[in-house]
Amino acid sequence: MARSTTKTSKSLVTIAAWTIGFLIFFPILWIVLMSFHTEGDAIKSPFQMLASKWTFESYEAVQTQRGYGKFFMNSVVISVGSTVFALIIGIPAAWSMAFVPGKKTKDVLMWMLSTKMMPAVGVLIPMYLGFKNLGLLDTRTGLVAIMTLINLPLVIWMLYTYFKEIPGEILEAARMDGATLWSEIFYVLTPMAIPGIASTLLLNVILAWNEAFWTLQLTTQAAAPLTQFIASFSAPEGLFYAKLSAASTMAIAPILIMGWFSQKQLVRGLTFGAVK
Amino acid sequence: MATQHSRAAARLMVAPSVILLFLWMIVPLVTTIYFSFLNYNLLDPTKGGWAGFSNYYYFLTDPSFIASVLHTLAIVLGVLFITVIGGILLALLMNMDFWGQGVVRVLVIAPFFVMPTVSALVWKNMFMNPVNGMFAHIAKGLGLQPFDFLSQAPLLSIIGIVAWQWLPFATLILLTSLQSLDGEQQEAAEMDGASWLSRFYYLTVPHLTRAVTVVILIQTIFLLSVFAEIFVTTSGGPGTATTTITYLVYIQSLVKYDVGGGSAGGIVAVILANIVAIFVMRMIGKNLDA
Repeated sequence: MARSTTKTSKSLVTIAAWTIGFLIFFPILWIVLMSFHTEGDAIKSPFQMLASKWTFESYEAVQTQRGYGKFFMNSVVISVGSTVFALIIGIPAAWSMAFVPGKKTKDVLMWMLSTKMMPAVGVLIPMYLGFKNLGLLDTRTGLVAIMTLINLPLVIWMLYTYFKEIPGEILEAARMDGATLWSEIFYVLTPMAIPGIASTLLLNVILAWNEAFWTLQLTTQAAAPLTQFIASFSAPEGLFYAKLSAASTMAIAPILIMGWFSQKQLVRGLTFGAVK
Repeated sequence: MATQHSRAAARLMVAPSVILLFLWMIVPLVTTIYFSFLNYNLLDPTKGGWAGFSNYYYFLTDPSFIASVLHTLAIVLGVLFITVIGGILLALLMNMDFWGQGVVRVLVIAPFFVMPTVSALVWKNMFMNPVNGMFAHIAKGLGLQPFDFLSQAPLLSIIGIVAWQWLPFATLILLTSLQSLDGEQQEAAEMDGASWLSRFYYLTVPHLTRAVTVVILIQTIFLLSVFAEIFVTTSGGPGTATTTITYLVYIQSLVKYDVGGGSAGGIVAVILANIVAIFVMRMIGKNLDA
């Protein structure tokens, strides 16, 4: 093939790919741009808006009038807290299933996965009433508890697929040298498992951050994370484009950055190891 | 070899997860089943007692139930159609050689990380709004009448929003699968004179089949329970135009506070989801052996 044709086709593919990439990304770009304008300018036509004054006032307003910081902290506590608890419970389980598999291990794994497939509405009423009776409605504790349970199957599955790849011979060697079960876990396994654990942590924080069923149902104000905070802008009286943009930008920025780092793990985690 | 001792320890380490998940799954579910047979409304304490199957009867014969099943199907099938076809095309494009592959990849994946309430509200207000939205501005610029997406084509608008969120997922998985395609096999076929089309049909398509199946199954699970996107855009309306099964159960439970009816609806949703789940579990179970 002639060099010039490859170059031409490469240029064409480049133009096509960048155009499509830009179009898909455009809504996100647009809210970022909109967030730097005033409410009045945000509802003007696109070019007028871009030409108008750039300002940080929406960001200030979201913080001072709406108390953005509190909701952000709730999101952090709920997503990180629930993931960490799920890891604490899930690591021993995944470890033992990967290294000391029994006859039932596969069934247990499949069963754990099946809990993930139960639609949330199927248990909405008992959870809502239970939370109400226990005084857990709109508390961080309640949300962390429920998100831990929601994360747990995926955490175990992801860890399991990572642990599976650690060669068993190393563990045998450690055992020969007289390592106990716990020292085996902490001194041999943990260092090798850290990349897998880190990816699991990252992906589950992302998923918990964006979870928008239980967070919408079980919180109102005090424990409301960003999903609920943003939803409050759907009321007609809350229709402030620039503030919505500023709040949205701040709500998605940390997760976008984390997400870009976890692309590979995302595929693996969300397909339960079926596509690598 | 694992000793008797370590086996026992291993069981002990799985126990907390199994017990927690078991409780999480069984206790609320059994409670839901129990409630579904009661006359139980939080707003009407005079009602009470055993209801038999009447909650199921009312839920299943409610005209909005059939509508909600159809809306749910439309959303699932519509989004699957767009994301699978679009995902294959995009993945093929992104698998080609071009400048700035890494950057484009990042741009394409981004919508997946946007929280559902944000993407729904941004599309609703900044793009689909008939007065101030981007599409309205474009229409006015072209001298056309702005189109009120969410009231004139509510279901299609929601399908569009949800498809935007899930297209990156399909693309990413299909791209990952394409990248694991055997290059030597492709080259050998090319040397033997296979055209681009027959290489695509006989090598790429069979290779992608598994990834496409995974995309369809996993998306179906998530799409069956789409909630936030409807909650913040149309609240199920206008009328019941965008009420899905999930949303109908939510209205029954936490808007009408009809515990019995909502529970019956929840059980119906669980049964419908289980039918899908059986296929998913088979698929993933097969991969576990491989």
